[in-house]
Amino acid sequence: MKKYTVINTPVHNIDGIAKVTGQAGYTFDIKLPHMLYGKILRSPYAHAKILKINTRKAKRLIGVKAVVTGKDTLGIKQGIWRRYKELCDEEILARSKVRYIGEPVAAVAAVDEDTAEEAQDLIEVEYESLPAVFDPLEAIKEGAPQIHEHAEQNINVTRHIEWGDVEEGFKKADYIREDRFRVSSQAHVCMETHNAVASYTPEGKLTVWTSTQSHYYIKVLLADILGLKENDIRVISRYTGGGFGSKFELDSAQFCSALLSMKLCRPVKIVLMRDEEFMATKRRTPMFYYLRTGVKKDGKFLAKEARVYTEGGAYTAMGATALYLTGFFQAFPYVWQSYRYDGYRVYTNTEPSSAMRGFGAPQATFTAETQIDLIASDLGIDPIEIRRKNAMYPGYEVPGQARIQSCGLSQCLDKIEEWVKSRGKLPLHRGIGVAAYGFMSGGIFNWFDTPYAFSSALVQVNIDGKVDLYVGSQDMGQGSNTTLSMICAEELGVRLEDIRLHMGDTDTCPVDLGAWGSRETLMQGNAVKMAAADAKRQILEFSAAKLGPNIVYDLDIKDRWVHLMARPERGLSYYDAVKETIRGKDGQPIVGRGHYTPHRKGMISPAYSFGVQAVEADVDPETGKITLKNCVTAHDCGQVINPLGVEGQLEGAMAMAAGYGFTEDLPMDEGKILNPNLVDYKVLRATEMPETKVVEVETYEPEGPFGAKEAGEGLTNPTAGALSNAIYHATGISIKNLPITAEKVHDAIRDRERKKKAKKTDRVQRTKQK
Amino acid sequence: MAKYLLCFTVNGEYHELYIKPKRLLVEVLRDDLGLTGTKRACNTGACAACTVLLNGASVKSCSVLALQADGAEILTVEGLADGARLSPLQRSFLDHGAYQCGFCTPGMLVSAQALLDENPKPTREEIREGIQGNICRCTGYNSIIRAVEAVAKGKYKEKG
Repeated sequence: MKKYTVINTPVHNIDGIAKVTGQAGYTFDIKLPHMLYGKILRSPYAHAKILKINTRKAKRLIGVKAVVTGKDTLGIKQGIWRRYKELCDEEILARSKVRYIGEPVAAVAAVDEDTAEEAQDLIEVEYESLPAVFDPLEAIKEGAPQIHEHAEQNINVTRHIEWGDVEEGFKKADYIREDRFRVSSQAHVCMETHNAVASYTPEGKLTVWTSTQSHYYIKVLLADILGLKENDIRVISRYTGGGFGSKFELDSAQFCSALLSMKLCRPVKIVLMRDEEFMATKRRTPMFYYLRTGVKKDGKFLAKEARVYTEGGAYTAMGATALYLTGFFQAFPYVWQSYRYDGYRVYTNTEPSSAMRGFGAPQATFTAETQIDLIASDLGIDPIEIRRKNAMYPGYEVPGQARIQSCGLSQCLDKIEEWVKSRGKLPLHRGIGVAAYGFMSGGIFNWFDTPYAFSSALVQVNIDGKVDLYVGSQDMGQGSNTTLSMICAEELGVRLEDIRLHMGDTDTCPVDLGAWGSRETLMQGNAVKMAAADAKRQILEFSAAKLGPNIVYDLDIKDRWVHLMARPERGLSYYDAVKETIRGKDGQPIVGRGHYTPHRKGMISPAYSFGVQAVEADVDPETGKITLKNCVTAHDCGQVINPLGVEGQLEGAMAMAAGYGFTEDLPMDEGKILNPNLVDYKVLRATEMPETKVVEVETYEPEGPFGAKEAGEGLTNPTAGALSNAIYHATGISIKNLPITAEKVHDAIRDRERKKKAKKTDRVQRTKQK
Repeated sequence: MAKYLLCFTVNGEYHELYIKPKRLLVEVLRDDLGLTGTKRACNTGACAACTVLLNGASVKSCSVLALQADGAEILTVEGLADGARLSPLQRSFLDHGAYQCGFCTPGMLVSAQALLDENPKPTREEIREGIQGNICRCTGYNSIIRAVEAVAKGKYKEKG
């Protein structure tokens, strides 16, 4: 019998037909009877006191039903790091002070969007502008404007990671290199902007439809800030038009629509405009990175010291996690004898920076991998060789942090080396750069302070053999609905089409923490597998009586056939077994429960993906223009569940990461984002995407369902570094300031030419003088 | 504001509506006709999520006044399939995983359909150029390009 009948076979997503026919209903598409439309008024100041808000004129406009300001709230400061009070620092509707351009100060509900917009202009806000600070390195200086009362020198969070004897390591090193990097921000650019439809009824119940990565988090955060019981709130999110890390904190659309609806007892819909999305839905954390690295002359890594200042923006958000993870992944995926990381997250008067796909790791990987190539080049070692020499391996323990179980890194290096060699001699001005990376499969640390299991699932097998699977996870496009259904079908021994998945509704689904940190396949997957196994056990107990094997565990189900494992031809139909089981249970359907919370798996994650990526790029020496030619990735995500899904995740992450590397940026002037639209903010277009190739290196992860681990985010990590290395190999120029734009490359080339020329003239003149 | 009569055919169905002249085609399709398959994601014509066919030509319906479509034939994503029978492009999108969150997919399918209507045998480069105006933040485009290419190569000729 085939080992697996469902998993590892490419299938299209179970919600695919709804998506290609336009039938998939997003929150953006919801229209309820009697529904009002809301708009949010935002601060034009980066730092200011709110002296007075006059809403009288706005309220008098025909069609306006309500206007709310901070005074209409409970004044609760909220945050997603709920375990730590001081990190809950955001009111969402500011009461007395605004700290970034775009911070909400009032919201209005009206009969249509036009009226709401008109009313917005009639709200009069009197501000007293305060001195502001935008650069984290300025904000930590004494005498800088203080943004929060509790945070002296604007230090928000600090993180320290250390192992081994770093000083000793540097003493033993044959070669030490120091580099400074500036890593830029990035916008998530979900195609469906943040939105919500909130409906409060006189019974005291609130229902919120919203585009989110975690309906559970939104329910709890809304309960916190609105003073409601968690279970008086229902959050529904069937389809989510992209998330990428931006949609699991409470946002202004959710909060303001709920507040307005509670006042009016009518449904209120708020959809953010694209410029609001850029200005006020958080973004990737920009960082200043200092790296000092000591190695042996054969390339063996001895010691690394990393110091990082991150531009936190006005509030904590998920920034504390990004700060820790960038420190952890700076040492990844290598064996460092000693390592010391000091990270400082600094408040600034800019849009808060937070979670974004890769979560601190892309910043770490860009800086680390760029420096490794510079070291290799200085020592005359092959870039792949130096990585191989220091690569993590199965069973390696990151001191005090993590234990690596499965790890296919060296196989990935072999595959990429093969590909690089196959390219032969490259044309002029072309280079190939490689970067190695890894990522977590869900986070361990319970900063949200949930008393629930991290993931739960429920399986119900019905009389006709069809299976209802209830999960709390959120599919935002990454395909978790399909992955989880496949895991359920495989474990239960049925086909994918037998599974009917229920998700996206806090009233009917068990709790899962949501789709972030690449956690769904492993964590929700484990819970689903356990629930399916529980249901299967019940079917097998009844089947055993019929088939009479020695012990119950000798039985299994595969492809709707209940059989003796040792003699697969002896068995009975799954349908008959289910019917008999239900009859035997006095007519009760078969229900299986599963849950998963990581235990004793270190500080970070239960499992890690690994990979190596090669980027081949052309650089035009005249203009500095970069053209991506090829991108090949060898990837270890454990057992692949849906090959089509993994390929899509890898290609998509690579496109986003390439944008981070050379086209996407959020330039600001005094805290104001200068390009808050899709014309000036350059996401990659189809014509800029290179040919991509994915080589799967399969390993078995003992902690994952069927041996699977993450495949969603890790690929956002290597591309900027691989690209920077490709440019270095093509031109000899290393740009340490993301994004690597044509302008920067052009300027660096010109600068080098000028220096060369000056040297030459200098030499000529000196010869003449002689 | 006075309302004007708009007469047009959408996905083969004739409609007469009175609308304000400032209303956009995308608004009328979504709000008045309930055809919410067509999306809006930027309102500036930069992302093409709202692409529909107007007399066979692809247009961004957030940049067209509804009254400009008077007398026209419009095709939206809802008009691609024939009942349960999906169009070749739709089937190919499924097989190639050429969508993820699905929000850009309606516009992407319509743009790709317009490309194939005009040039049934596009090269890979022509496909890339054909969908250049459409932003997809999830897939990295290559699966979409493979999907369009498969249709162009005639792999989905037989009825689904």
